[in-house]
Amino acid sequence: MAINNPPAIDIQNMGFRYPGGSGVIFSDLNLKVAKGERFGLFGPNGAGKTTLISLMTGLLAPDEGQIELFGHRIGKEHNLVNKLFGFVPQDFSFYQELSPVENMDFFGAWSGLDKKTIRKRTDELLQILGLEEVRNKQVQKFSGGMKRRVNLAIGVINEPEILFLDEPTVGVDVQTRHAIINYLLELNKNGTTLIYTSHQLSEAEGLCQQVALIDDGKIIAHNSLNELLKDYKEDSLEHLFLNLTGKDYRNDV
Amino acid sequence: MFKLRATILKDIRILWRDKVGLSLMFAMPVMLVIVVTNIQNSTFQLVSKNKLPILISNQDTGQVSSQLISSINKIGMFKVLQISGRQNEKSMSDAMHAKDAMLGVIIPANFTSKVAAKANNVAGKALKSFGLEGGTLKPAGDVDPLTLYYNPVLQESLRLSVEGAVRSALQLVESRETLRSLYFSINEKPMPENLENEMLNNKTAINEIPVTKGGTRIAPNATQHNVPAWTIFAMFFVIMSLGGSVVREKVSGSFIRLKTLPTSYLVAIVSKQITYLCVTMLQAAVIFSIGIWLFPVMGLPALNLPSDLVALFVVTIICGWCAVSYAICVGVFSDTQEQVNGFGAISIVILAAIGGLMVPSFAMQGFFRNAANFSPMHWCLEAYYTLFLEGGKLKDIINNIAPLFIITILLQAATFFGLKRKNLI
Repeated sequence: MAINNPPAIDIQNMGFRYPGGSGVIFSDLNLKVAKGERFGLFGPNGAGKTTLISLMTGLLAPDEGQIELFGHRIGKEHNLVNKLFGFVPQDFSFYQELSPVENMDFFGAWSGLDKKTIRKRTDELLQILGLEEVRNKQVQKFSGGMKRRVNLAIGVINEPEILFLDEPTVGVDVQTRHAIINYLLELNKNGTTLIYTSHQLSEAEGLCQQVALIDDGKIIAHNSLNELLKDYKEDSLEHLFLNLTGKDYRNDV
Repeated sequence: MFKLRATILKDIRILWRDKVGLSLMFAMPVMLVIVVTNIQNSTFQLVSKNKLPILISNQDTGQVSSQLISSINKIGMFKVLQISGRQNEKSMSDAMHAKDAMLGVIIPANFTSKVAAKANNVAGKALKSFGLEGGTLKPAGDVDPLTLYYNPVLQESLRLSVEGAVRSALQLVESRETLRSLYFSINEKPMPENLENEMLNNKTAINEIPVTKGGTRIAPNATQHNVPAWTIFAMFFVIMSLGGSVVREKVSGSFIRLKTLPTSYLVAIVSKQITYLCVTMLQAAVIFSIGIWLFPVMGLPALNLPSDLVALFVVTIICGWCAVSYAICVGVFSDTQEQVNGFGAISIVILAAIGGLMVPSFAMQGFFRNAANFSPMHWCLEAYYTLFLEGGKLKDIINNIAPLFIITILLQAATFFGLKRKNLI
C-alpha cells in the first residue's frame, strides 16, 4: 500500500488496554491514513472500532506508542489537535432541549469559531442538510433522521481537516442516508479526510477508498477496497468481511 | 470569554425550558416559606393573640377555687370553659375533645377548706415566730393536687408555660388566703380590699427589649425568622436542578463531543456556577419581595430588610455560591440522576436540620451543636439572623462569612479533584 500524501493519521506502535484488564487490547498497532482519504474501519461487534476511534480523537489515551494527526501528537497538543478534526459520534451528541441553531452556536464557540463564522457555517449547513425550516425548533421533537443530520452538522461546523464518523447513518431512512453520504463525498472532494466506521457495508462500498478490517484488537486486512476484493477473490465487502471474521455470533460484553 | 458567554447562554436556555426544574427552584420554596411562616405565625398568635381553650372542672364549692378560676382567666392566655359535675380522666378526655380544648384542669373537692386550713396554719406559725399569740395552731394536711390534662400534640415548651401560668395563679390564691388569715389574726377584722390588691397585684412590670447590634427595635416575628431561613433552604435546593444537569451532561452523548473540542470542561463548570448563582440571587430576591409585599396582604408581618443592604448582598452571594458549589460537587461525584436526586434531597434536609433551620442550633445538645458548624446553612443562617434580627452590619458577620467561604473553597477543591479523578478535565 502506498501513501503518497503526508499522513493525516499516524498510529505508531500503539498499545492500549482498558483499566482493570477487561476489554479490547491493542498491542503494537501501526496504521497510517493519508490526507484526503476516505478510510473505512470495519469489524464485528467488540472488535475495537469505537475504542480505536476514541484513541484517535483523544477520548482515550494509549498506554504505549503514539498517535499523530498531521504530525501533532494527540494528548500533548490538546487544543491544537482538537481544532483539526470533527467528530460525529454514534449517539446523538447535542442538547435535545436546544434548536439546531442554538446547538451550533454553542458547539461552534467550543470549536473555537467566532460569532460571524458560526452564523455563516450554520446557515450553510442547515441549508445543505435540509434543516433550514426547523432551524429554531427544539431538536427533541425531531425524527431520528433529522437528529442524525443535526449530529453531522455540528460535527463539521469547524470545517475539519479530518472527520471521524462512528456509524453516522444508523437508523435513518434511505433519503437521509443518501443525503448524508452525498454530503460526506462533497466534503471529501474539498479535502476533508474521512474516517468512517459502520455496519452498513454496502453503504461503505460506495464511500470508502481505503478499508481496514479489525478483529480482536488487530488489523487483519488493510488496503484499497478494490485490492482487497481482488486479493481475497470476493465480490463484495460483506463477503470479504465474513470471509475474514467468520460467521459466528460475537457477544460484545 | 466568547466560549463562556456561549456556554452561559446555552445553560440559561436549557434551564428556561426545564419547567420542572424551575418550579422546584422557585415555586416550591415560595410555597414552603408562605406555609411555614403562616403556621409559625399562627403559633405565635396562639400564645399572644388567640387564647388557648382550657376546660376547668371545679369539684370544690368554696371561694378559693372561684378565685383560682378568676386568676387563671386574668392571665389572658386562656379561654376558660367550665364543666359541671364530677369528672374522671375518661370523662375529662371526652369533654376536652368535645369542646376542642387542649387543656383541662380538675380542682379537687374541699380545695377551699384545705387551702384555708393551710393558710391558717402558716399564718399561725408566722405569728408565733413574731412572738405574738395568734389563733390555735391546728395541723393542716396537704392540699390535694390540681390535675392538669393536656393534649399530647401541645409542644413541651408551650405546656411548660401553661403549667407555669397555672402555678402562678395558684400561688396567688394561696398567698391571698395566708395574707387574709394573718391580717385577721392580728386585727380581728377582714383585710381591706385596696390593701389586699396593693399587696398582691402590684406587680413590677417587665419591659421586654430585643437586644440588637444596631440598636434597632424590630421585634422578631415569624416572618423575620422564616424568610431568611427558607431562602437559604431554597438556594441549596438548586441541587435538584443543577446536580441533575451536571450528571445529565456527563452521561449524555454531548459530553463525548465536548471532550473532543478544543475547550476545557472547566468552562462548562464555570458557566454553570455563574448561571445558577444568578438563579440563587433571583430566588432570594423573589422570596424577600414576597416577604415585603405579599405577606402583609396575607395578614402576615411584613419582612423588614436589614439596614446594611451591602452586607445582605454579600451574605446572599456567598450563600448562593456555596449552594451552587455543593450542587456541582454532588453532581460531579454522582453517576446517575437518581443518585443526585436521592442524596441531594436528603443531604439538604439533614444540613438544614443540623444547621438550625428547623430547630435553633442554640437549643441543640452536644454532638449536634458541634455538627452545626459543618453545615454551610448554619453559617448562612447565623449571618442572616445577625442582619435581620439583630440589626448587624457587615463587620458583625465576618465570623459567619469566613467559615462559609472556607466550606465553599473546599467544595470547589473537591469538585476539581473529582473532575480530575474522573478524567473530565
